[in-house]
Amino acid sequence: MLSKAGLGIGRPQGSSGRPRTLAGAFGSPLRVAKLVVFCLLALPMALLGVDVWREVAQPGSAFGPDPTEEVLHYLGQWGIRILLLTLAVSPASRLLRKPQLVRFRRMMGLWAFSYIALHFAVYLLSKAGNPFELILKDTLYKVSFAVVGFYALVMLIPLAITSTRRWQRRLGPGWRKLHRLVYPAAFAAWVHLLWLSKGDFMDPLIYGLVLALLFAERIVFRIRKERRAAAANAG
Amino acid sequence: MLIKPAADIRPSEITPESVYRSRRRFMRESGTLAAGAATLVGTSAVGLPAEWLAAREVKPGEPIGEQMTSESDATSYNNFYEFGTDKGDPAKYAHELTVDPWTVKVTGQVEKPGKIGLEDMLSGIDLEERIYRLRCVEAWSMVIPWIGFPVKKLIDKFQPTSDAKYVEFKTLHRPSEMRGQRSFFSSIDWPYVEGLRMDEANHPLAIFAVGMYGKLLPNQNGAPIRLVVPWKYGFKSIKSIVEIRLTKLQPKNTWNVLQPTEYGFYANVNPNVDHPRWSQASERRFPTTLFKPNRIATRMFNGYDEVASLYKGLDLTRYY
Ligand code: HEM
Repeated sequence: MLSKAGLGIGRPQGSSGRPRTLAGAFGSPLRVAKLVVFCLLALPMALLGVDVWREVAQPGSAFGPDPTEEVLHYLGQWGIRILLLTLAVSPASRLLRKPQLVRFRRMMGLWAFSYIALHFAVYLLSKAGNPFELILKDTLYKVSFAVVGFYALVMLIPLAITSTRRWQRRLGPGWRKLHRLVYPAAFAAWVHLLWLSKGDFMDPLIYGLVLALLFAERIVFRIRKERRAAAANAG
Repeated sequence: MLIKPAADIRPSEITPESVYRSRRRFMRESGTLAAGAATLVGTSAVGLPAEWLAAREVKPGEPIGEQMTSESDATSYNNFYEFGTDKGDPAKYAHELTVDPWTVKVTGQVEKPGKIGLEDMLSGIDLEERIYRLRCVEAWSMVIPWIGFPVKKLIDKFQPTSDAKYVEFKTLHRPSEMRGQRSFFSSIDWPYVEGLRMDEANHPLAIFAVGMYGKLLPNQNGAPIRLVVPWKYGFKSIKSIVEIRLTKLQPKNTWNVLQPTEYGFYANVNPNVDHPRWSQASERRFPTTLFKPNRIATRMFNGYDEVASLYKGLDLTRYY
């Protein structure tokens, strides 16, 4: 959607005929900010792309002796980081009183999903050469850390699909309810991380702390809202 | 040595013997140079003087008909949690460790306990090269040319008593130089401990290694002295050993204490007993490529059938 300002209509133009501000060039400050956030979230993927390119050109050059595992871990790390970042958007918008932050949420969630889906694809790649039933069994019920990871991913799929405005309209109030699934999904992702860790628990502790804080904010927010509603009713 | 090549290894993976031999000669002839460079570079400080190895005769190892892992892979992809949990951490941080001087304490059920310098301890012990498969419990594997000597040769020097049923090994505990031991998030109770049954330790395949690829061990690979038990998962092959204790009772090895359902005392390579988190039926042989994990079948006892007699009558599903 190009706004009027973006087309430079009704605005004084510079001698070059181009809009004077960067924001003007792209439509609005929000659009610029969105583009910046998009690029930031795409950056780890782009860097990975460069390394994959190097690796394909010369095997062993970019990831050491075990490239698949390296890529798997990289994608998992960025997946959980961006997922937690997405979860932090609503609390941040409340705490900072900046409701417009919520406009970034869908894009961030979709990026988190992309990293995680690719993480799963690379997992399958890393299992190549194993009998198919073995992979299926391990993923669906046998290997507990993979199983919770899988269900985290499964919970995220409907959220990714229904992230569009059309689905939002179509589902009405149900949309919000459905998208609360992101909390159990994030929790499952954390359990995944906890269960796969051995010897060192830095990652699950740090990510767990972040997740706990985000949950806590949400609970406090709800309690306050209910109190306010109760107070309003009483009054 | 009776190490049969695996049946499913493609001829292209086998280093032609002529190439191998000439490489070996090159390695031997350039040994002094290479070892000297290693100390200068500093990333691979050694516990023994560089000339120590160069001055010794090393009996060449038998090729096993499998492609050797490159030296750079074997020295840059390591599990050595004392330096961090990432595979690249040991190569990055192990240079912070001083391994010279190095003393080893031998205690417990021995007639002649003692604490002696490594160089004295190794006097009179002949070195030989052993080309072994290394199978990690995480289902990857390498082929590495170690330089070392049978465990038995060293232990016999201290004269085990008839009560010596097990051997316990300990890694150095020096948090000031081993950053993984300083980690706040580590769940490991340092120092790292491993153990073998006496008959396992006495098996001719079990060696102490002091070198690899014709040079002294780099720190990240367990300098200056480590265990190599090729028929067991890699975590049994304890690194940077400072204490050897002969015991009556089975030692409590670190990973077994930490996660008893996942890591046993025996830890024999066994394709039929899965780790709870992954299958052990196959392994990724390095180097792998992005789109080809180079998966090969894992063999019982990592292909070292000659150790099978040690476990006659033992339920390997229960004693994993
Ligand atoms: C919401 C979904 C998921 C998230 C956020 C996630 C995140 C992560 C993270 C952070 C790691 C650790 C990386 C590291 O150690 O640096 C990881 C590792 C891993 N994940 Fe996931 N993951 C998810 C789903 C899955 C799924 C569906 C599978 C496959 C069934 C899977 C398989 C793995 C494997 C095999 C590892 C490596 C385990 C190891 O090193 O032992 N993950 N994941």
